[in-house]
Amino acid sequence: MPAPIRLRELIRTIRTARTQAEEREMIQKECAAIRSSFREEDNTYRCRNVAKLLYMHMLGYPAHFGQLECLKLIASQKFTDKRIGYLGAMLLLDERQDVHLLMTNCIKNDLNHSTQYVQGLALCTLGCMGSSEMCRDLAGEVEKLLKTSNSYLRKKAALCAVHVIRKVPELMEMFLPATKNLLNEKNHGVLHTSVVLLTEMCERSPDMLAHFRKVSLVPQLVRILKNLIMSGYSPEHDVSGISDPFLQVRILRLLRILGRNDDDSSEAMNDILAQVATNTETSKNVGNAILYETVLTIMDIKSESGLRVLAINILGRFLLNNDKNIRYVALTSLLKTVQTDHNAVQRHRSTIVDCLKDLDVSIKRRAMELSFALVNGNNVRGMMKELLYFLDSCEPEFKADCASGIFLAAEKYAPSKRWHIDTIMRVLTTAGSYVRDDAVPNLIQLITNSVEMHAYTVQRLYKAILGDYSQQPLVQVASWCIGEYGDLLVSGQCEEEEPIQVTEDEVLDILESVLISNMSASVTRGYALTAIMKLSTRFTCTVNRIKKVVSIYGSSIDVELQQRAVEYNALFKKYDHMRPALLERMPVMEKVTTNGPTEIVQTNGETEPAVLETKPPPSGLQPANQANDLLDLLGETDVTPVIPTAPTSKPASAGGELLDLLGDLNLTGSPVSAPAPQIAQPPFLLDGLAAMDSQPLFNDIAAGIPSITAYNKNGLKIDFTFERSNTNPSVTVITIQASNSTELDMTDFVFQAAVPKTFQLQLLSPSSSVIPAFNSGTITQVIKVLNPQKQQLRMRIKLTYNHKGSAMQDLAEVNNFPPQSWQ
Amino acid sequence: IHFILLFSRQGKLRLQKWYTTLPDKEKKKIIREIVQIILSRNQKTSSFVDWKDLKLVYKRYASLYFCCAIEDQDNELLTLEVVHRYVELLDKYFGNVCELDIIFNFEKAYFILDEFIMGGEVQETSKKTAVKAIEDSDMLQETVEEYMNKPAF
Repeated sequence: MPAPIRLRELIRTIRTARTQAEEREMIQKECAAIRSSFREEDNTYRCRNVAKLLYMHMLGYPAHFGQLECLKLIASQKFTDKRIGYLGAMLLLDERQDVHLLMTNCIKNDLNHSTQYVQGLALCTLGCMGSSEMCRDLAGEVEKLLKTSNSYLRKKAALCAVHVIRKVPELMEMFLPATKNLLNEKNHGVLHTSVVLLTEMCERSPDMLAHFRKVSLVPQLVRILKNLIMSGYSPEHDVSGISDPFLQVRILRLLRILGRNDDDSSEAMNDILAQVATNTETSKNVGNAILYETVLTIMDIKSESGLRVLAINILGRFLLNNDKNIRYVALTSLLKTVQTDHNAVQRHRSTIVDCLKDLDVSIKRRAMELSFALVNGNNVRGMMKELLYFLDSCEPEFKADCASGIFLAAEKYAPSKRWHIDTIMRVLTTAGSYVRDDAVPNLIQLITNSVEMHAYTVQRLYKAILGDYSQQPLVQVASWCIGEYGDLLVSGQCEEEEPIQVTEDEVLDILESVLISNMSASVTRGYALTAIMKLSTRFTCTVNRIKKVVSIYGSSIDVELQQRAVEYNALFKKYDHMRPALLERMPVMEKVTTNGPTEIVQTNGETEPAVLETKPPPSGLQPANQANDLLDLLGETDVTPVIPTAPTSKPASAGGELLDLLGDLNLTGSPVSAPAPQIAQPPFLLDGLAAMDSQPLFNDIAAGIPSITAYNKNGLKIDFTFERSNTNPSVTVITIQASNSTELDMTDFVFQAAVPKTFQLQLLSPSSSVIPAFNSGTITQVIKVLNPQKQQLRMRIKLTYNHKGSAMQDLAEVNNFPPQSWQ
Repeated sequence: IHFILLFSRQGKLRLQKWYTTLPDKEKKKIIREIVQIILSRNQKTSSFVDWKDLKLVYKRYASLYFCCAIEDQDNELLTLEVVHRYVELLDKYFGNVCELDIIFNFEKAYFILDEFIMGGEVQETSKKTAVKAIEDSDMLQETVEEYMNKPAF
């Protein structure tokens, strides 16, 4: 059989292929030849064939059939064979193939070979792709070589040890004795790899770290570093006038780890760090690489403040460098230190802001993050100007983050309400479609709270959407405001700027356009419809028009709109006397960020605004409650969206109370406290409530489900009666009635309930908190349970009350739910 | 360093060295992704790209892109120096190295790389020493030929 073609020949041939298909053909032919050659166990040309195979592998073709051949090459005595064999092993084999273990013995032999280059090959292969089993078997050999006087082998053994430790951390101990003398070497290769080894050990094990601190590693390193800097020109290790920058940087990094959180070590290195920081040439990248590492080290250890200022100034200088890489690196580091050394970084604020205009995307992003971190009460106006300009011109991927950042900063540092509103308007109009959904409720709340600015705000918002109503968040906020403050708009009462002349019809025009427009999301339409409805109490001449609009949407395909329209219609028809009260202006809402046990009370002219709870918007559905942790359950607060519609910040007034009044929820006359969310919370609740509430209003109540006595102890009896709706069979409405047969009243009665995870629970407010004695009255409370999986209903209840002068508390399980209540 | 890739301006792979274990399919996917990212960057951008939880440091020399993937705590500027040093080593060995040299002598490119970097860390900081080691190893190859013109295979 003729000799297989040479490697270079093959490469040349393959490169002449003009199409992918042609190349594939050549490769297949050659592979076939190689395969038959392998089968013949041809020793002479195995090397050549494997080399060719490796080339084809690089082009992307399968080469697994060469794996065993690599092993044979490794086992061969010829150096040429071994070289290719080991290369093949590193390219084709890894720990996931069983075959690789066969290498272990070969490597072991080669580690003890007489020729250092063979030993080197073995160490290299082990250090690159050795599996944990291989490492375990061969660690001893590596350790031996770590102590040899041959620097060529020693340096390789050190890196091989690093790999072993990475794969099998438990073996770290065995290399410890060998490290004693490693740093006494003059050979830079050994020094470098030793530092890497020590770094790896210190990073992985606090014990090692403590050990090395004790054995005065720091002074040793400092000495070596000093020699490097002070010694004259050494052509062998010189890079642009700097002596062995690789080693310098590694030493600096190890110093960082040793100095972290350790005063003594940090002190010992203060001088050398200052020296490196001031003496290193900065004209080339090399010098800057060293300075960069130095800065990182200074910032991470317990350095004295003078040093830290020096470091930040270096970073500041980096920012002015023409080289984008250096600016990038500077911004990254400043971002890390801005929290701890805020004032020092502030000094470079203007340079950072300039970086917002850079062309590089990564630099812009970091500059933006840094800018937000640097905003404070003093510079907020100037910074905002820059950031708004940035928002205008930046890439879309930034806009959402930038908008959110601006809102946050504005909220924290706004110098005046007018400025705040203006800034928000600016963001909404420039990047309106990128504003995050949760910003809308926040903004609305903000606007509500700036009472004196209402007229100004609504005017500006109106003007903003007149021209363009495609940016959804903007339109949502605007619709809401127009709905609330439309009367101010029409009466032309603006103080802050020239009032515009707007008629009621014009206002309705724009809202109707929003409703009709294809660009409006369903959520936005909901806002618009509700706004129109609210205007029915604020406008005087156009009530009929409003009625018409509302009735049209009673047959809208969009279920959400339809439902609202139908309800509003009902409001017009049957409950017109309630309309003004229901649609009254929203009072100022307080935003409380603690998760305290507060009751969410309907905020509407009729009831006292209570302190409302703000919860962070749930990302998706959270389990309604931990069934086993009743203590978490605080009345209505743990409810999650029953129906995951898009967050509509429907004013808490219109929907919830309306339906509560009209629904068959056995509340005994006192002010309705439907657990509607205030605006600052994603109001899934309301939609859920609306949907759930509407059931009893409009649909048949399922035929009588037997009621049960859920609890009867110590004179306290609690009955459950059930209602289910035909249209939404997952919902069960339970009305509890608590009665007291003892001769003394029970006061401060609180009923809490928890259900298993697959259910969702909503507790409405009780009728009162006192159960009069002798069964002369009851407390009623409504529970709504969502049971989409139709699982058997179970509930754990907790009762607390005061009776006969002492506090009572009881836990019970309710298991006797009739099947009709959940099936 | 997690891996090193060399590829041409047309996206053809010239060298791949992996210091972590990944399935073949995964490697191919990564290569495709990274080649695309880097080739689409223009001249004005920096040499660093955030990619997954690694940082990519790349530099173009003539028609070849050299790309290293480093960890978060590694020094990017120094990695640029590492890449430069590798190119210098290639240059010293081949004498005015060009892409063709690397294509036709890819196994030597690997050998040189293995003398410079091992397990993802630099093992030798002296140019002279590294090149000498390769040359000495070449001498050991059984067929003593002129490696520049008449390769052993």
